[in-house]
Amino acid sequence: MSDVVVPSGQGALGALAFALSTRVAGIVSASLEKGELVVRTHRDRLLTLMAFLRDDPRFACEQLMDLCGVDYPGRAERFEVVYNLLSVTHNHRVRVVITTDEATPVASVHRLWPSATWWERECYDLFGVLFAGQPDLRRILTDYGFEGHPLRKDFPLTGYVETRYDPVRKQVVYEPVKLTQDFRNFDFESPWEGILTLPGDEKAHETRQGLKRLD
Amino acid sequence: MSDVIIQPDVPETLLSDDAVEGKVLKRVEIDSHALNFGPQHPSAHGVLRLILEMDGEVVERAIPHVGLLHRGTEKLIEYKTYAKALPYFDRLDYVSPMCEEHSFALATEKLLGIEVPDRAKWIRVMFAEITRVLNHILNLTSFGLDCGALTPALWGYEEREKMIEFYEAVSGARFHANYFRPGGVSRDLPDGLEARIAEWTVEFPKWIDQFESMLTENRIWKQRTVGIGVFTTEQALAWGFSGPCLRASGVPWDLRRSQPYDNYDKVDFDVPVARHGDCYDRYLVRVAEMRESVKIVAQCLDRMRPGPIKTQNPKISPPPRAEMKRSMEALIHHFKLFTEGYHVPPGATYTATESPKGEFGVYLVADGSNRPYRCKIRPTGFAHLQAIDELSRRHMLADAVSIIGSLDLVFGEIDR
Repeated sequence: MSDVVVPSGQGALGALAFALSTRVAGIVSASLEKGELVVRTHRDRLLTLMAFLRDDPRFACEQLMDLCGVDYPGRAERFEVVYNLLSVTHNHRVRVVITTDEATPVASVHRLWPSATWWERECYDLFGVLFAGQPDLRRILTDYGFEGHPLRKDFPLTGYVETRYDPVRKQVVYEPVKLTQDFRNFDFESPWEGILTLPGDEKAHETRQGLKRLD
Repeated sequence: MSDVIIQPDVPETLLSDDAVEGKVLKRVEIDSHALNFGPQHPSAHGVLRLILEMDGEVVERAIPHVGLLHRGTEKLIEYKTYAKALPYFDRLDYVSPMCEEHSFALATEKLLGIEVPDRAKWIRVMFAEITRVLNHILNLTSFGLDCGALTPALWGYEEREKMIEFYEAVSGARFHANYFRPGGVSRDLPDGLEARIAEWTVEFPKWIDQFESMLTENRIWKQRTVGIGVFTTEQALAWGFSGPCLRASGVPWDLRRSQPYDNYDKVDFDVPVARHGDCYDRYLVRVAEMRESVKIVAQCLDRMRPGPIKTQNPKISPPPRAEMKRSMEALIHHFKLFTEGYHVPPGATYTATESPKGEFGVYLVADGSNRPYRCKIRPTGFAHLQAIDELSRRHMLADAVSIIGSLDLVFGEIDR
């Protein structure tokens, strides 16, 4: 890619981002975020893009290091599925982000990287994201017979059932969670526990909290 | 009968010499059956439940069941401030606690956009390497134990104890140190510790020699590991291997070298690489890494200069105890840091470090509040364990044990 104009102030990764956003179809955005190359695409284009990233010699992402979900219940498509790719040839990482909801399946990438199987199982287990073409979409981390998807934001931290050994029935039993003490969830946004911004103090507050650094 | 009947599935190496030469003509009927290996098997390294479909003594298929140690760490972290999330990392890979903290500390620092003082970087590098030795000793000796060598484990525990004392000296805890913090480390090295560690860097290589004398050239050890669980370079890459397991398959890849963090770009060390990708090579790579780690620790001690050990930003680092007693402002900062914590500006990062087992990554999403919005932990062993079916196929049952040992699995991090 010697003919690619590198955006000023960015290195090889910037050139890759530029190549992606101009040469590959179906890319929503490709940019550097905190020095990391992040590519957003539509889920229908996922497999093409992933095969391209793996096989194109400029990218050569031999390894799928990580696959995870992120839940944003407020959005129309609540889940982000995040793929972290690594190229040991070029020593760079590419992050691919797509969105989906509870019902729409995402194409499985296990044919490109066999290691994707367990990551996809994990994402399905914890978020309920469906993967089309994944032959082994079983739960992996949670208990046998578990119900629900615990990393969704609407799943309570304590869960719904607890388990104990019942000496009378001589077996392990599941019961609804009983909390002897209420779960303490401190709300730091409320004025009584850590007021964030006093009225009229917005500018000074941002600097003080380190949210906006002084240049 | 006149012709040799070789079981179609049995590799030639598993037949007796006579059979190959065409003298033994016995046909053996064996039916396939499933064997439940673990979760309470001592060679399962924790709580691995492995369903082995056996053809006689040959593994046809290995199906791992994980999650028996799942504690919902990622969910818990979403409900804690950044400072309170850190101790969870000690409990992931409980054999190399500080290396796990390292990833989270670096990820948080990246989102906060803060710099760490030089001394803190040296201390972190030094303790990350001590942790690497700590991890490798446990792995190598228990690997030996799996294959029937008891003595290395006994000797190794004595040696580990010395390093655990270093842990105790800096953090007050033998395992769950909570020592690497976003912005630096929690406190400076106590008096005399540098001298003790320097003494250890001289003594420890002798222990490695002793340890190697028991295994490296041992005939039984080599029979149990050479050519067992072979993974080619392509397989290792496709299955997401990292760390010593990847280097044993011939990939010269080490995050400390290729994507250096803290002061790894300033130390001089070699990255051991082996070619065959079998259990024995994974063993050799780890032994060589221990020697390199000792070198790095010695360099850290040489180049460490007195100075601050955490960032001097009072909005991130708690004030010293003495100052808290005198200054009202310091007292307020202390109170706010340990109740509300600091707010991290919105953003996301995938930050990975070379933990003793391989790439340990943290995908951290911040939304501007005082708690992580999402903290995905990328455990190393998860990818390694997934490949166990491919690694152990057509091996004997006893070889499956070698393979588990050579992958260096710790279920605290796999199950999270």
